[in-house]
Amino acid sequence: MKKGKVDKFTLTVIVENKFGVLARIAGLFSARGFNIHSLAVSETEDPTISCMTIVVIADEKILEQIKKQLNKLIDVVEVIDLTNRQYEERELVLINIKVTSKTKDDIMRVIHTMGAEILDVGKNTITIEETGDTKKINSIIELLRPFGIKEVVRTGKIAIQTEGEKREN
Amino acid sequence: MQLTGSQILLECLKKENIDIIFGYPGGQVIPIFDKLYDEKAIKLILPRHEQGAVHAADGYARATGKVGVCLATSGPGATNLVTGIATAYMDSIPMVAITGQVKTHLIGNDAFQEADITGITRPITKHNFLVKDVKELAKTMKEAFHIARTGRPGPVVVDIPVDVQNALTEFKYPKEVHMRSYNPKYKGHTGQIEKLAKAIANSQKPVIYAGGGIILSNSSEELTTFVRKTQIPVTTTLMALGVFPETDRLSLGMPGMHGTAYANHAIQESDLLISIGSRFDDRVTGKLELFAPKATIAHIDIDPASVSKNVEVDIPIVGCAKQILTELNKIVKKADTEEWLKTIDCWKKKMPLTYSKDNKLRPQYVIEQIDEITKGEAIIVTEVGQHQMWAAQFYNYTKPRTFISSGGLGTMGFGFPASLGVQLGCPDKKVFVIAGDGSIQMNSQELATAVIENIPVKIAILNNGCLGMVRQWQELFYNKRYSHTCLAKGKYCPDFVKLAESYGAKGIRITKKEDVNKAIKDSLKYNGPVVMEFVVEPEENVYPMVPAGEALHNMLHWDEPNCA
Repeated sequence: MKKGKVDKFTLTVIVENKFGVLARIAGLFSARGFNIHSLAVSETEDPTISCMTIVVIADEKILEQIKKQLNKLIDVVEVIDLTNRQYEERELVLINIKVTSKTKDDIMRVIHTMGAEILDVGKNTITIEETGDTKKINSIIELLRPFGIKEVVRTGKIAIQTEGEKREN
Repeated sequence: MQLTGSQILLECLKKENIDIIFGYPGGQVIPIFDKLYDEKAIKLILPRHEQGAVHAADGYARATGKVGVCLATSGPGATNLVTGIATAYMDSIPMVAITGQVKTHLIGNDAFQEADITGITRPITKHNFLVKDVKELAKTMKEAFHIARTGRPGPVVVDIPVDVQNALTEFKYPKEVHMRSYNPKYKGHTGQIEKLAKAIANSQKPVIYAGGGIILSNSSEELTTFVRKTQIPVTTTLMALGVFPETDRLSLGMPGMHGTAYANHAIQESDLLISIGSRFDDRVTGKLELFAPKATIAHIDIDPASVSKNVEVDIPIVGCAKQILTELNKIVKKADTEEWLKTIDCWKKKMPLTYSKDNKLRPQYVIEQIDEITKGEAIIVTEVGQHQMWAAQFYNYTKPRTFISSGGLGTMGFGFPASLGVQLGCPDKKVFVIAGDGSIQMNSQELATAVIENIPVKIAILNNGCLGMVRQWQELFYNKRYSHTCLAKGKYCPDFVKLAESYGAKGIRITKKEDVNKAIKDSLKYNGPVVMEFVVEPEENVYPMVPAGEALHNMLHWDEPNCA
C-alpha cells in the first residue's frame, strides 16, 4: 500500500484493568512495527477498567491498522480515535533549568508569563512544573532552552472527550 | 462438593466435549496426570516430545474442526510448545494449550523449570491466561475454549501453577461467556453484500480467491453453491485446497508463488477479485503493487484487521463467510463468464501443471500415484518444502479438510506429528504424510507414538538428499552455491527403512518408478504405520515459480510453454 502523510494521532484505549494488559499493548506495537509517541495509563472511575491515552505516529492507513489490531486484543474494550472529535488534552512537564545570578530574572519572567509553577529554587537549578496542551509545553521548553535545560520529564498526553461533535481546527 | 484444580480442569474438558488430549508429563503437571490416571472419558496420547503433542493437537483440530488440546509441564515443556502454538496461530487453528507453572509464590523467582510462558506466547496466541486462583479456573477454561473457537479461531494458552492444580474449590461451569471486550461480528453488512452482488452482475472477468476461512467456517458447501450459481472460476489457496472440487472446470487450483499459471493469470487479468476468508499473504500476491491491477477487490473476512491490511479493498464485508455466502446466494445471478472461462480453458490447456514424464523416479509421480490409488479420498498431511508444493499441485482435492499443512508459519516437523492427530480424529480415513528427508527428521521420534498407539499413517518420504526448496532458491538465485543444503553429504544417512523398523513400523525403500504403485498399495494393506522412502531425482524443482518480489504473471515455467 502507498504511504500517506505521517502525523500524530491521539487514541483513547479503554482496557480491562488486568495483569499484563500494558505488555499486550506494548508488544503489539513493537511486533507490528507501529510507532508510539507517548502512552499514559491509569485507572478510571470504574476500577475494573483502565484508560490509556496513546499518541501514535502513523499515516492514515497505518492508523486504521493500529485501531483494528488494538480492537483485536481480547482485553481491549474500546478504541476511540479522537482525531475528529471534541476533546481536551493535557500534559505535565517537570523541568530543571540551569540558573546563574545573570539569568535568574529572565528565567523568572518566562516562568511567570507562562503561568508555570516553581517547585524548587536551588543555587544552580530551578525546578518548575507546567501543565497544558502539547503546544504550550513545547513552547515553554523552547523559551527556557537558551538558559540551559538540565532535565525534562514529561508525562505524555492524556485526553478526554468533551461534549459536542467535532473539534475545531 | 469441593474439587481440586486438576479435577476441575478435567471436568471443564469434558464439558467442552474433549475426549482426546495430547500431553507429556513433568514436575509441574503431576497433579493433572494423577487425575488423568483414573479418567475414563479422556484419552491421553503420549508423544515423545512436547512439539509432537502440540502439532498432533493442531492436526486433530484441522481434520475435525474441533478444538485441539495439548498439555505440557512448565519451563522446557511449555517452551517446546512454542513452535506449534505459533504454527496454529498463523493458520487460525482452534487450540487450547494447557501448561503447568511453578507455585504461585515462586513465580518470578527463577524457580526450577520456570519460564514466563504467558509472556513468551503473547504475540503468538489469540489470548492467554495465567490462573492464579483456583476459583477463576472454570471461568477461565470456559473463556479459553470460547475464544479459541469463535470469531477468527486461534490458540489460547492456559498456564496453571501447580498449587492451583492442588487447591480446592466448588466446581461450577459457567453456562455462558460474558466478555464485554470480545464480541466477534458474524453477520455481514446487507448494503455491502448487495454492492458485491451488483459488482458480480457487471463483471466480465471475475475470480473468486478462497482461503482457509472457508474451512474454518465450514462453508465449503455455501461456496460451492456460490461458484456454481454465478459460474465464477475459483482459486483455492494452500489453506483452502479441497473447498471446491479441483476436478471441476471452474476450479483454478492454487494461486501464488507455486500456484498454477492459469490461476495467476486469471487473477492478474480479472476485473473483479472476490476474496473470501483469505488474507492476501505475500506468497499469494507476489509484488503487491502489481497484484490484480485491473480488479475491483471485494474481501469477505471475519477479522476486520485482515481487510485492507496488504491490499486496498473496494468492497469490504466483515463477518462470517458462511452467513455472508448464504445471503449472497439468495441474491446473486449467473455472471456473464462464458468468454472468460474459454480464455481460462486455453490457459489450462497450454500451461498445465506438468513435469518430465521420463523413466526416472520423480517426486510428482509419487503424489499422482497416491491420488490414483486412494481415488482422491485420502487425507494428505504434509511437511514443509518442495514436497509440500508438489502435494498441493499433483493431488486432486475435492473435499475440505483433506489437505493438512502448515501454511503461514511453514513449520518443518509439523506434518508427521500432525498426521497422528488427523488419524485419531478421522479413524476411518486413509492418512498419508508427504514428507521430505529434511522435515521428517525434525520429529521422527514420533514413530514411537505411531507404533505404540497403532496409528496407521502412511509416510511417504520423498528423499532427494537435500533441503530441496532452499536448494532450488540457491540454484536459481544464488548462483548454484549450495551452502549447507545437502543433508546427506554423499553418505546414506539415516537409513529410513531401518529407522522405521527400529521403532517397529514397516519400512519400504523404493528406487524405481515402476515400484511406486505396488509400494503404496502394500502400505495400505499393512495395518500400522508405514515409512515409504522414495529415492527421487535430487535436482527436481517446483514449477511454476514466481520469484520473490515479482508480479504474479512473471512465472518461471518448466520447459517454458508457449501461450498467448
